[in-house]
Amino acid sequence: MLLAFDTATPAVTVAVRDDHRVRAERAVVDARRHGELLGPGIGQVLAEAGVSPSDLTKIAVGVGPGPFTGLRVGLVTARAMADALGIPVVGVCTLDVLAADVVCGAPFLVATDARRREVYWATYDEKGLRTDGPHVGRPAELVWSGLAFGAGALQYHDVFKSAHGPHFPSAATLCALVAEGRVTILEPQPLYLRRPDAVEPGARKAVTPA
Amino acid sequence: MADEPLVLGIETSCDETGVGIVRGTTLLANEIASSVDEHARFGGVVPEVASRAHLEAMVPTMRRALEKAGISLSDVDALAVTAGPGLAGALLVGVAAAKAYALALDKPLYGVNHLSAHVAVDVLEHGALPQPCVALLVSGGHSSLLLVPDVTNDVKPLGSTVDDAAGEAFDKVARVLGLPFPGGPHIDRVAREGDAAFATFPRGKADDGTLDFSFSGLKTAVARWIEARERAGEPVPVADVAASFQEAVADVLTAKAITACREHGVDNLLIGGGVAANSRLRVLAQERCDKAGITLRVPRPGLCTDNGAMVAALGAQLVDAGRRPSALDLPADSSLPITEVLV
Ligand SMILES: [Zn+2]
Repeated sequence: MLLAFDTATPAVTVAVRDDHRVRAERAVVDARRHGELLGPGIGQVLAEAGVSPSDLTKIAVGVGPGPFTGLRVGLVTARAMADALGIPVVGVCTLDVLAADVVCGAPFLVATDARRREVYWATYDEKGLRTDGPHVGRPAELVWSGLAFGAGALQYHDVFKSAHGPHFPSAATLCALVAEGRVTILEPQPLYLRRPDAVEPGARKAVTPA
Repeated sequence: MADEPLVLGIETSCDETGVGIVRGTTLLANEIASSVDEHARFGGVVPEVASRAHLEAMVPTMRRALEKAGISLSDVDALAVTAGPGLAGALLVGVAAAKAYALALDKPLYGVNHLSAHVAVDVLEHGALPQPCVALLVSGGHSSLLLVPDVTNDVKPLGSTVDDAAGEAFDKVARVLGLPFPGGPHIDRVAREGDAAFATFPRGKADDGTLDFSFSGLKTAVARWIEARERAGEPVPVADVAASFQEAVADVLTAKAITACREHGVDNLLIGGGVAANSRLRVLAQERCDKAGITLRVPRPGLCTDNGAMVAALGAQLVDAGRRPSALDLPADSSLPITEVLV
């Protein structure tokens, strides 16, 4: 019994899957309340699927890239639940999950919002295999004229002229990718792609005017 | 006693990842992972650095605490976690982890106030809390005087800092004296060799009739004093300045704490928070409490600084008091009011 969730975008998405199919899934879009939404979301999905936490055999979590605060909610939840239940936890690149829901038969780009007028992005070939990324950068500085998908592409449609949905990754897709071995498995480590904002102090400033 | 609740507490409000385990009022484990070294070169806690460190430290710290206590997670009766106040992103890691453990184990979760936990922890050291007591909580993040009729549901603010926290003043003065971050232990160390009467630095708000504190003026006065010396080409007597600064902080903190006890007819004072480890504060508080007929309670340093045991201790008292656990949508609240013991 596989529990999967992703909190690397404004969508808090949760799904649970048995050996054959997704039993329940749920997604709520709210960029500011990941910490409040994920716990109850997991509880509801498990209840709806008639699954108790002790039935779970594996946890899969989206490891971003994504805004740090929300991303960490998913990762610490996955690690702590796996620790409590004594089961393995695996990570998957969030952009790969989004890309798996794209059907276009041509090379394409996936982008999610990175705030600060930047996007997290990766490119994929016509078979859906990742060819570049994940990276973070300004949309205008990206040399990409092909198809583009995801909320980050739609947000900057002046740059990504042919932007389409899906906006966000789906936990049901994450379940399927992991269960069917169709995706690169990563450690449950966040893909931050940016260093913390922190500046070392320079020389001390005098408080008395010179 | 076996029927006392076994409670696990998680604390991530600043730069310490703490997991504590108590049975009733008995401490079983108090494991801490600190990211303080990662902040040292920035001269203060960098929230994003602290949050990243909490994520990495959470499960390993949990494992160490369980091993130390000699229990397994399934033995736990309830979990408690700091819901605020503190750094928003840091709190969120602990709250999310606590929810995940509570959900996986199907155990009740209590989201608690960090300041109340600083008070509640003393039951582990000195037994049941006197009701009421006055609490002076001083650290890098807070400087508060509280009236505590009942730590599980009645905590009243009496005063707090209007600018810098006491611990922040220690950090800033340490910096002008060329001492490392965090400043508290270093100032305490060098001050032992210094003369506390060497210079008289201002006691902010000392006689203003309130129970509030101010440390910003003190910090600036120390910096000005040092700069004047440097301009005059004279050496800075680091030990003497540290001792004089520390004296000013200890003086104003203890004076207001005693006043708070007197004004409210309370004869028990509790001091907590990282600055409670300061040796001069402890000595002066004891002297003044003795003179005023007040009983002073100060937990040992490891229970004064931020830790998980204090959260577990408060959780156990909430379980005992029959309080209802928090909901799973419990938010982390960086500015949680002092009066809200349980979220
Ligand atoms: Zn504290």
